[in-house]
Amino acid sequence: MKYFTRLRVKRIYEWRGDPLGFNRKLKTLEYGSLAIRVEGLPQTTIIKTGQHILIEGDDNDNPYVARVVRLFADESGEQMKAVVQWFVRVSEVPPSKLKLLGRDPHPQEIFFYEGRNCDDEVDAESILRPVQVKHLDTAAPFPESEDKETLYVKLSWDSRNFRDVDSSLVESAPPRPPNPSLPPSPPRCPPAATPASRGPGRRALPTPDPAVMRRAALGDVRYSRGTASAGKATTEAESLHSVTKLSSSKCLSAKRRNATERTPGVRKKLQLCSPDETAVLREDVLNRLLEEELESAGAQAQRLASSPPRSPILTHSLTPLRRTNRNLSSDHSIHLNPSAISCRNQSLSEADSPPSPAGDDSSSPQPGEELEAHLLNGAAETPRRRRRETPRGNYATRKETRTTTPSRRKEAQPGKEPVLAVLAEEENEGSPTLPVAATRSSKRKSALMVSSRIKKQLNLLDVQEDLNSDDDDEFIPSKKELQSSSEEEEEDEDVEEEEEEENGPGSDDEVVAKKSRRSSSSAGSRTPRSKQKTCSSARTPRKTPRKTTPSTPRTPRHATPSIPSRSQPARRPANVLEEARTRLHVSSVPESLPCREQEFQDIYSFVESKIMDGTGGCMYISGVPGTGKTATVHEVMRCLQHAADVEEIPAFRFCEINGMKMTDPHQAYVQILQELTGQKATADHAAALLEKRFSNPAPRKETTVLLVDELDLLWTRKQNVMYNLFDWPTRRHARLVVLTIANTMDLPERIMINRVASRLNRIAQHSSALLRQVAALSGDARRCLDICRRATEICEHSAADLSAAGLVGMSHVMEALNEMFSSAYITAIKCASTQEQLFLRAVIAEFRRLGLEEATFQQVFVQHQALCRVEGLQPVSVSEGLAVCQRLGACRLLLLEPSRLGVLQRVRLNVSQDDVLFALKAD
Amino acid sequence: MGVLTCAAAITYKPLQRVFFRQPIRGDLQSKAEVVISDSAELPRKSRHFHHNTFRFFHTIMSKRKAKDAHLPIGECINQVHQILRKRFCHQQLPDKPEGLEAQHKHLVELLKRTAVHGESNSVLIVGPRGAGKTMLLRSVLRDLSEETEVQKNLLQVHLNGLLQTDDRIALKEITRQLHLENVVGDRVFGSFAENLGFLLDALKKGDRSSSRPVLFVLDEFDLFAHHKNQTLLYNLFDVSQSAQAPLAVVGLTCRLDVLELLEKRVKSRFSHRQIHLLSTLTFSHYLDRVRAQLSLPDGFPDGKFVEEWNAAVTTLCEDKSVVEVLQRHYNSSKDFRSLHMLLMLCLSRVSVAKPAITPADLLDASRLCVADAKANMLHGLSILELCLIIAMKHLNDVYEGEPFNLQMVHNEFKKFLQRKSSSLYNFEQPVIMKAFEHLQQLELIRPADSSSAKTQREYQLMRLMLDHGQIMEALQKYPQCPTDIKQWAMSAFA
Repeated sequence: MKYFTRLRVKRIYEWRGDPLGFNRKLKTLEYGSLAIRVEGLPQTTIIKTGQHILIEGDDNDNPYVARVVRLFADESGEQMKAVVQWFVRVSEVPPSKLKLLGRDPHPQEIFFYEGRNCDDEVDAESILRPVQVKHLDTAAPFPESEDKETLYVKLSWDSRNFRDVDSSLVESAPPRPPNPSLPPSPPRCPPAATPASRGPGRRALPTPDPAVMRRAALGDVRYSRGTASAGKATTEAESLHSVTKLSSSKCLSAKRRNATERTPGVRKKLQLCSPDETAVLREDVLNRLLEEELESAGAQAQRLASSPPRSPILTHSLTPLRRTNRNLSSDHSIHLNPSAISCRNQSLSEADSPPSPAGDDSSSPQPGEELEAHLLNGAAETPRRRRRETPRGNYATRKETRTTTPSRRKEAQPGKEPVLAVLAEEENEGSPTLPVAATRSSKRKSALMVSSRIKKQLNLLDVQEDLNSDDDDEFIPSKKELQSSSEEEEEDEDVEEEEEEENGPGSDDEVVAKKSRRSSSSAGSRTPRSKQKTCSSARTPRKTPRKTTPSTPRTPRHATPSIPSRSQPARRPANVLEEARTRLHVSSVPESLPCREQEFQDIYSFVESKIMDGTGGCMYISGVPGTGKTATVHEVMRCLQHAADVEEIPAFRFCEINGMKMTDPHQAYVQILQELTGQKATADHAAALLEKRFSNPAPRKETTVLLVDELDLLWTRKQNVMYNLFDWPTRRHARLVVLTIANTMDLPERIMINRVASRLNRIAQHSSALLRQVAALSGDARRCLDICRRATEICEHSAADLSAAGLVGMSHVMEALNEMFSSAYITAIKCASTQEQLFLRAVIAEFRRLGLEEATFQQVFVQHQALCRVEGLQPVSVSEGLAVCQRLGACRLLLLEPSRLGVLQRVRLNVSQDDVLFALKAD
Repeated sequence: MGVLTCAAAITYKPLQRVFFRQPIRGDLQSKAEVVISDSAELPRKSRHFHHNTFRFFHTIMSKRKAKDAHLPIGECINQVHQILRKRFCHQQLPDKPEGLEAQHKHLVELLKRTAVHGESNSVLIVGPRGAGKTMLLRSVLRDLSEETEVQKNLLQVHLNGLLQTDDRIALKEITRQLHLENVVGDRVFGSFAENLGFLLDALKKGDRSSSRPVLFVLDEFDLFAHHKNQTLLYNLFDVSQSAQAPLAVVGLTCRLDVLELLEKRVKSRFSHRQIHLLSTLTFSHYLDRVRAQLSLPDGFPDGKFVEEWNAAVTTLCEDKSVVEVLQRHYNSSKDFRSLHMLLMLCLSRVSVAKPAITPADLLDASRLCVADAKANMLHGLSILELCLIIAMKHLNDVYEGEPFNLQMVHNEFKKFLQRKSSSLYNFEQPVIMKAFEHLQQLELIRPADSSSAKTQREYQLMRLMLDHGQIMEALQKYPQCPTDIKQWAMSAFA
C-alpha cells in the first residue's frame, strides 16, 4: 500500500539536543524538541513542546490535530513519546452530535478535546508535522481566506457537549522561548500557504500572533523546499514526496470545495478560477514521468536539457499554485518572522544561498530546483534566482511575478529549444484531461485522447454530477509515484515552472474539461477521506469509460428518504384495551426484558470491559427467532450509552448492520462505513477503508461497537466478509467490539471455514451468550405478543356485543391461539366441493392400491370415476377432473407436476392421509 | 311438459307487451329503433324524451297505473346485458361481501387501526381461487375510503407476485408508488442497494404518530416468498414490528401452506394473522346466490321489465333440470367464477327476440362448460389418425401404460388391417409418419422423456395423453365412423 510506503521510507525522528531532564519516577528523559527528517534529505522539521502538530491517524487526509505538551523518551532513549493535548476535527465528531453545534461547522474548524477516554500519549513517530492553529472567539466569524492550512478553534468538545474554550489553552506559548541561538532567517510565508499538506486543503491565514507564526513556519519546514535548497543538494526524495502529497491533497481540497457547490454551473466557474486543478494536472504529468522513472534515474542533467517535452504541462499546472502563494506571501509579509531554524542546522550549502522562506517554498518547488539549477543547468539559473527572491521580498504581487516569469522563460528556452516539437506532442498525450490512472496504465496516445474526449463530452452533457463517485482513483498518486526517485521530481518541477507560462492559456480548455470532470467525480465523495480511500482501493479499471453509459442513475442528491406525514394526527388509544394493544405491539420497547437478565449481564459486562480496556473482541449470540437477541443487545447498548453519558465509561460508538437489510453481503462494508463516517463508497472501496481504519495504529479512537444482525446472511463463498468482521477486532489498535447475532448455534462450525472460525474462537471462546428457548409452545416472544394482541381484539369484539368493558380472559387468549396455530388444511378439506373431496378420496384409494404415496392423474381418475358411480353422481369428464385436481393443487392440498403433462401428471398428497380421512369423516 | 309451458309463458309475456305497445307508439317506434340499434350508450336526452312520451301515452291510453317509465324492449335487454356483464366480469364490487361478513369486519378494523391509530399490522388472506380474496380486500378498501380520516392518511402500495418477480423490481415499484423523493416522473433512481437503503431509511424516519401509514397489498403473496433471502418480506415485516412508520402488510394467496414458505426469521416477524376464506356454502344458499346474481337491481329504469325478468329468473331457478345442472356445478366447485362463466354463456343468448334465460340455455351452456377438450379434438382427426390412436390405446392396454413408438403402433394398425379391415387399406410409411407427427403436434401424444429426442423418429418412445373414456366418447360421436373401426376399438382381439 502506498500509504505505508510513504510512511516507512521517509521519516527519521531524532531528539534535538540533550535531554532537558530526567524524570526519576517515570524513568523518562524529557526533551525540548524533536527533529523530523526524511531519510537522505537535508531538511528537518522541528517539533517543540507547545506546538500544534498533525498526528498520523487512520485518515491520511485528516490527520489528528494535537498540541505537544511534553516530549520524552524512555530510559534507553529508544521509545520516543509525546504527551499531547488533542483537538478533534469536525469529521471526528459523530454526525449526530454535530447538531449540538447549532450551526454548520467550518471545514477548518477543530475542537479542543476534553474527553477523557483518549490516550494522550502518542508515539513520537506518528507525528507528521506542525500545523497552525488559531483561536477564535465564539462569536467571531471564520476568516474568509484562501488559506486552507490554518485550523480554527472556537469550542471545546468533551464527547458530549461543546463549550467555549479559552484562547490561552489553545494558543498558549510554548514552555520555552525559541532557541535564541538560531540565526534570524528571512521572513517567510506562513506555512499554511503550502498546499502540500496531508490535511486536504488547509491554507494559512494571515495571523498576527508571532508564536503561531513561528510555530507554523517551523512546522512546515519539513515540507519546505526552501530549507532543502538552502541545505543540501539531495532534496529530491522529499520534494517528490511533498509534491505528490501536495498534488493529491490539493486535488482533494478542490474536490471538497467542489462538493460544496451545488449547481454544476457555479462549480465550473469556481473551478476555473481556482488554482487547484493544477495539482491534478501536475499529478498526471508526474505520473507519466514516473513511468519513466527507470530511464531517467541518474541522468538528471541530461534530462533536464533533453526533457522539456514534459515541461509545458508541468509549468502550466503550476501557475495557479504559485499565484496563490504569492498572494499569501504578500498578505502576510508583515507578520513573517525569521525562523528557518531547521534549515540552518542542516543545510550544507547555505553559504551559497541564503535560506529561502520556508513557508513559501514549501508550496513551490523552487528550492530544489534552484539547487538543481546551480548544479546542472546554468541557463536556468537566473530566473530561478529571481523567483526565489520574489517570495523572500514579500512584496511580490502577482503582477510582479508575472513580469518576472516571462523573462525567466525566455532565458530558459534556449536550452530547450531543440525539443520543443516533441513537447507539444507530449503535451497532447499526457495532458491534463487524462486521469492519472489512465496515464499510468496505458501510454497509447490514441487511447488516452479518446478517453479524454469522452470525459469532456461527458462533462458537457452530464448534469447529473455524481455518476461516478468511484473514479477518485484517478487522482491518486500511484505507488510508483511515491517511490520514484527524487531526480525526476526535481526535473518535473523545473520543467513545470518553465512551461507554466508558456502553456497556461493554451491548454485552458483542457483544464476546464478536467475540472468539470473532477467536479463530477468529486461531487460523489466530498468526504475528506477520499484520498485515503482511493489509495487503498483496488485500482480496478475504473478509468475505462464506464461512466459513459449511465446505467443506473444514482439517487438524486437532494432526495431525503421520508414518508409523508399525516394530514390528521393519529388517534390516541381511547380505552384500556386499545392502550394494552399499543403496549403489546412488538414495536413497543419494554422497560425490562424479563428472562434475559443473565444474557443481558453477560453481554453488558463483555462490552463494558472491552470499552474500558480499549481493546477489541467479538461475541456470537444465537437463539431461535423472537427470543430477544436483538432486543437484549439494544438494551445493553442503551444502558452503556447511558453509562457513557454519565461518564462512568468512556464514550463509544455504536453501529448496527443487518444481514437481511442488504442486497449483497459485501454491502455490509458500505453500510458500516456509512454509519461510522457518513461517507458513501463502493463495496470494495469501503472494505479497504475499513481495513485501514481498523488496522491503523491510530492513537486516539473511541471504541466502536458493531452489531451484526443476521450474520449467516453475510456468508459468501470466500467468507471474506465474515472473516473481516471477526478479524478486525483482533487487530491491536482496532478497538472494535463485534457482536454478532444469528439463529443457529453451530453457525461458526457449520458454515465458517477454519480460518474464519479460528478467528472467532480465539476471541469468543471466553464469552458466548446463548439465548435459549423459553416457552414450551413457542419461544417466540413476538408471536406471544401477537397472540395477546389478537386476544384483546377478540375481547373487544365480544365485549362490544355485551356492551360491557371486558377483561381479557383466558378464553380469549385460547381463541387467539387456536386461530393462529390451528391448521387450515382440515377446514379447507371440509369446505371443499363434493368433487374435490371425492378426488381426495380417490387419491387415497389409489395410494392404497399402489402401496405408494404417488400416482398419476390417470390412475386417480379411474378411482374417481368409480367413486362417483358409488356416490350416485354423474361421472365427470377428464377436463373437469383435471380442473378439480388443479384447484386442489393450487391450495397445496395436493402436490402436482406441471399441468402441461395433462393426465400423465403425478399427484401427491400434501396433507397426511389421516387428516384427509378425518376431515371427510367428520362431515 | 311442465317445462315447456313454463318456458312458453316466459317468452310470451314480454312479446305481448310489445304488441300491445306498438299501436300506441305509432310513428315513434321507428325512432326508438334507430336509437337502440346504433348503440351501446343511449344519449340521455333522447331517452328522456321517450320516457316522457311514453308516460304521456300511458296515462292517457291505458288505465294501468304507470308507476315507472317503460323502455322499449331492445333497450331493456341492452341494459340487462350491461348490468349483468359487469357483474359477471368482476368489474363491479357487490354492495356487501356475502358470506364473508366476519372476515370483512376483521379486516376493516385491522386496517382502520393502522390508518387511524398508526398501529402496524400484517395479515394474510388465504383462500382457494375464486373465493373472493381480492373482492374482500377491495370492498374493505372501498368502505375505508369513505372515511375521510382514513382516506387522507392511508398510502397504498399494490404489488403482485406475478409482476414484481424479484425484489429489485418490487422495490422500484414500491418507491414509485410511494412517490419517494428519488422518483422523478415515473423513473426511480438508484441501484438496488441504494433503493433498499432509501426505502428503509424513509420508513425508519417515520414514526407511529406523525407519518402516514402505508398499506402494502401483496397479491400472490407466495411468489414473494421465492425472492432471494426474502429480503423484501423480512424488511416489510420487520418494519411492521418495530417503531417505525406504521405499516399494514396484507398478503393474498391461495396456498394454505404459505407460512411454511417463510424463512424462520421472516415468519417470526409476521404477526401470524390469517384470514381464511373457505366457503361453507350449502346448495340452497348457492341457488339463492345464483338467483341474486341473475336478478336485476331495483334501480333499473323500467320497473315492469324488472318485475318480469326477476320473476322469470325465479321460475328458472325452480326448474328441475336447471337445479340439476346447478347441482352438478356446485358439486364440482363452489366458487363463483365458474358459475359466472356458465351464466355468461346463458346471458349471451338473451336478445330482443328472446328476452329471458330459458332452462335450455342453461343446459346448453353447461354442456359447453363440462365438455371434454381432448375428446372434442378427436372429432377433428382423420380416420387414419383415429386408427393410430386406437392402436395406441390397445398397446397401452397390453403393455400397461408403457411407452410405445411409431413402429409398434404401425404394426398394431397393420394387424388390424390384415385381420378384418373392410373399409381401410394400408398406408405408406411416410403417410403414417405424417399422421403420427400431427398427433404429436396436437399434444395427444408426447415423447416419454426428453433424452430420447436423439433417436430416430420411428423409434422414439411416446406416451398417449388420452384417457380410455375420452377415446370411446369421441368414437361414439365421430361422424360416419366405420363400424369395423368402432368394433376394433371396443375389443382388442376382435
